[in-house]
Amino acid sequence: MIRFVLTRLLLLAVGLLVASALIFFTLRILPGDVAQVIAGTQSTPEQVAAIRLSLGLDRPILVQYGDWLGGLLRGDLGSSLITSSSVADELAEKAQVTVPLAVFSLVIALLFSVPLGILAAVRRRRVSGTVVSFVSQGLAAVPAVWAGLVLIAIFAVWLGWLPPQGFPLDGWEEPGRALQSLVLPSLTIGIIEGAVLLRFIRSAAVEASGEDYVRTAAATGMTRTRALITQGMPNVALSVVSVLGLQVAGLIVGAIIIEQLFSLPGIGRMLVSDVGNRDLTKVQGELLALTAIVLVIGTVVDIVHRLLDPRQRETA
Amino acid sequence: MTTIQTGAPTPDPRRVRQLARRSSAARRGGRPAGRRTWWRALLATPSGLYGVVAVVVLVAAAGVSLVYTPYDPGAANPYDQWFGPSLTHLMGTDNVGRDIFSVLLAGSRTTVQVAVGSALIAAVVGVALAALGSLTARWVREGIAVLIDILIAFPTILVALMLASVFGGSLGVVIVAVGVSFGVNIARVSRGEIRRIARSEYVLAATASGLGRGRVLTRHLLPNIAPVFIVQLSWSMALAVLAEAGLSYLGYGAPASTPSWGRLLAELQPYIGVHPLAVLWPGLVITLTVLGFNLLGDGLRDATDPRVRQGGNR
Repeated sequence: MIRFVLTRLLLLAVGLLVASALIFFTLRILPGDVAQVIAGTQSTPEQVAAIRLSLGLDRPILVQYGDWLGGLLRGDLGSSLITSSSVADELAEKAQVTVPLAVFSLVIALLFSVPLGILAAVRRRRVSGTVVSFVSQGLAAVPAVWAGLVLIAIFAVWLGWLPPQGFPLDGWEEPGRALQSLVLPSLTIGIIEGAVLLRFIRSAAVEASGEDYVRTAAATGMTRTRALITQGMPNVALSVVSVLGLQVAGLIVGAIIIEQLFSLPGIGRMLVSDVGNRDLTKVQGELLALTAIVLVIGTVVDIVHRLLDPRQRETA
Repeated sequence: MTTIQTGAPTPDPRRVRQLARRSSAARRGGRPAGRRTWWRALLATPSGLYGVVAVVVLVAAAGVSLVYTPYDPGAANPYDQWFGPSLTHLMGTDNVGRDIFSVLLAGSRTTVQVAVGSALIAAVVGVALAALGSLTARWVREGIAVLIDILIAFPTILVALMLASVFGGSLGVVIVAVGVSFGVNIARVSRGEIRRIARSEYVLAATASGLGRGRVLTRHLLPNIAPVFIVQLSWSMALAVLAEAGLSYLGYGAPASTPSWGRLLAELQPYIGVHPLAVLWPGLVITLTVLGFNLLGDGLRDATDPRVRQGGNR
């Protein structure tokens, strides 16, 4: 087990290194000249040269990458090309919106996908199960922007229960107001991600219900549903855990679009505006931070999966 | 080239194939084997049928829009703002007086372009990674496997934003981003199956009889993995449509001159409180199309999976 964890951690380190190289070189080599990008199309060659010098872009590209990596190890992601504020500080500040948003979304997604997914599996030959499957198929196909718009139209414009957009300027000073402004965004992401998750849970539960041990449990006098829930759940839980790693990527994608729609000052919205401003050092820091989150959670999920699965534990 | 000498006269290959076809047709109750069976299985399920119909409608709409749209989808008409649905404007008009139905019809071309383009790239990337990950030396294979696990951590929208920060937003960026990230996904999903086939006895037999690695790939691996690939590609098209909508909303998708569903949705979005019906249309066509590609993928999976076909009700 310890060996497995160590291998996974080594792979994580390799993964982070490769991801950083991919991001750095895609952003540096492809455009040819970062300085030209910053200076804009109407700049003189002298201006471009001055920018290049001031950013240290005249040095070999590998040295620049080494510098960036060295900074990363010290927790320094560089500073913005435009405002020269620290990228790490800004990420930490924006995370106060994005992390709660992602956590709430995931909780909402799990709260309705787990029971409904099992219901859809147990009643798959009845009307209720078919309806649940059908609705989840439909919800998984809805564009996130549109889902958010519909929720705004109903809960903010029509019923007037919740604010349509924005986040309190003083952040979490008044937790109630901050929470209120996160309800509709988390609901939007939660519903769409939950619909995707529901389909995984349903098929895992359908598979488990066909297994011998569930049939045997049913033969001892349990109802089929009870047999599935008491005996089949560990296997369903395993497949949920393994899908959760992928869900994180979905949550990030959701956050990027939904923060824009609801004008939430989070990491996703910052990334989108930095891409528009061509603030390349910020973009590379933000991309690496988001990718690192996916990789780290993927590793954690792998290790948890291993801990939960007795078959794998024994062979380890 | 070595051939195995068996002593018996070499049978005519065409005759062998004929016999094989006849016997398997007899097993299936007289129906000719092969292609038609999975096509029928696809159309027999409600999801497969819906998927096929939705995709046919989408392609037909894109085709029709090349020669005919009721109004010019690009022409602003200040006197015709916010008409409700009527016989003259089937879905009404938008904030600048464009006929929404015409914009959606013309936008279907963009959707087809993004879906097909990204699926082609996904197929190329998927096949390349699958080939490298199965037929090369061990250390290359392991390296590819690790690389795939890393690349999968880059969500599609992040790849698109990374490319957009370099090249600016365009449909090309959307197509490449979705294509590459789903190609990686396909390689990951099909990895286990490819390894199983690569270790199977008929591949061993083929290699033993002198078949080169390239031939093993084209004769045995790709045909066997094709069903998995096609199902995944259908799902990737659904993702492409959603990604186009999302990126156009963020301002990094279709340029202003190109009619697109995602763009129309983004443009009408501020008016959700005042003209909800107008905002309904683009969202509805996107949802129905994504649903179509998703269900087509589901239907194809069930139709090509022998376990499901025989077992039926799943």
